[in-house]
Amino acid sequence: MEVVSKRTDRRSFLNYLLGTGIGAAVVSFFYPVIKFLIPPRIAEAPTSSVVAAKVGEVAPNTGKVFRFGSKPGILINGPDGSLRAYSATCTHLDCIVQYRPDMQNIWCACHNGRYDLNGLNIAGPPPRPLEVYDVRTRSGEIVVSKKGG
Amino acid sequence: MLRSLSQRTWNWLDERLNLDELIAHAKEKTVPIHKHTLWYYLGGMTAFLFFVQVVTGILLLLYYRPSSDNAFESVQFIMTEVHFGWLVRSVHSWGANLMIAAAFAHMFSVYFLRAYRKPRELTWVTGILFLFIALTFGFSGYLLPWNELSFFATKVGTEIAGVIPLVGHFLKRFLRGGEDVTGATLTRFFGWHVAMLPAAAAMLLMAHLFMVQRLGMSSPEESTDGADNPSHGKTMLFFPNFLLRDLVGWLIALGILGALAAIYPWELGVKADPFASAPANIKPEWYFVFMFQTLKILPAKILFMDGEVLGILAFGLAGLVGLLVPFLDTQSGPNRTSLIFTVLGVVALVYMVAMTVIAYI
Ligand code: FES
Repeated sequence: MEVVSKRTDRRSFLNYLLGTGIGAAVVSFFYPVIKFLIPPRIAEAPTSSVVAAKVGEVAPNTGKVFRFGSKPGILINGPDGSLRAYSATCTHLDCIVQYRPDMQNIWCACHNGRYDLNGLNIAGPPPRPLEVYDVRTRSGEIVVSKKGG
Repeated sequence: MLRSLSQRTWNWLDERLNLDELIAHAKEKTVPIHKHTLWYYLGGMTAFLFFVQVVTGILLLLYYRPSSDNAFESVQFIMTEVHFGWLVRSVHSWGANLMIAAAFAHMFSVYFLRAYRKPRELTWVTGILFLFIALTFGFSGYLLPWNELSFFATKVGTEIAGVIPLVGHFLKRFLRGGEDVTGATLTRFFGWHVAMLPAAAAMLLMAHLFMVQRLGMSSPEESTDGADNPSHGKTMLFFPNFLLRDLVGWLIALGILGALAAIYPWELGVKADPFASAPANIKPEWYFVFMFQTLKILPAKILFMDGEVLGILAFGLAGLVGLLVPFLDTQSGPNRTSLIFTVLGVVALVYMVAMTVIAYI
């Protein structure tokens, strides 16, 4: 009796060792693979202001998509000739919006979303307003910057 | 002379591999004949079109270059410079669409004939997984020409993954290879499209075909205890009768593919520009249109949730139910169908067709 239980003890102990050994091996094989699949984060200098266009480049009642760091922004010369800028990334599902002179609104072609000239989502599926940027003109250039930046 | 040579080769192989036994087995295989027999051809049709995709895909690989600077130009090169490049690429694009259409038709016919009942639950599951893989093939392949439409389709598609609660952000980064849709996304999609998905599809297809071979064709009147009842109803031999009919179908499909490719060569469109507005009348491939149209119709807020989150979760749930149908439908038996699942199937089919039609008119 004694001997048997000792033997089973030893056996289960060995099984345990073997099991954890194999388990650890499997984990050590897969861990690097899983990690490899996840893209590394690329540090980006945060952009706080860019030159979006030259003065006079964007006619009244039209818009222009410009590069704001790695993201698109949109500069709009309103029907009244006032300049405004917003993030051009639709808050619904990430499409790039455009200015529609016929509606005098900002329009997203992807699912027919609409924003007014304050960037507010007024129709269609977008759940949130567009981020609004500051616009200044400086020696013939239109400079767009993050609010408060 | 030739005959004796082939006979000798056969004998040589047979002596070692015992092939006559396999042949004898194949000769026994039969296909039931009844008013729904026509539906049996859809599975083989899907497999054939998959084979066409593999062949044309390998050909395209010889010229395609997977980077945001080169992809569009390389497809342009295939379409304009490479001999019959337009044909190969158009057959690949049209073939993808026909294959998915065939797979959907196959799925719905199997569903309404209740062929997923015991003992074929796993055949159904592998089939549905294959359909999911086929859709992923379509989604990833769509991006590869790197044109405007595919760029925005990918942005929206991966953002959809991004709104799933909890895991969304991680999933989106994983799919895109970063925060945004860029050249990194293209390389990733390329890797899935030409390596990972084909491997997965091949394994599923083999499992699926193995089970079809093992269990034989389901017949609507059959009992579910797994026992064959060959005395029941008329049958035809699989080999050669059914296979020859299959071949005729495949030949016709190839003819249709060639004609489509020649008359309507697949367009290339405009090269993607990550800093340009989404073009008007943007639409995904037709097999995603029902989901696309739903997202368009859903209001921004439903109760306390963003509309699209609810929509996406609902589609995810529907997909899961679809996958598990054989385990959920315990009512269906021989000559007996469960009303709930008939209704569910009809509702799903009508919904998909209606949403698609609405989007196109
Ligand atoms: S992404 Fe703009 S409305 Fe859907």
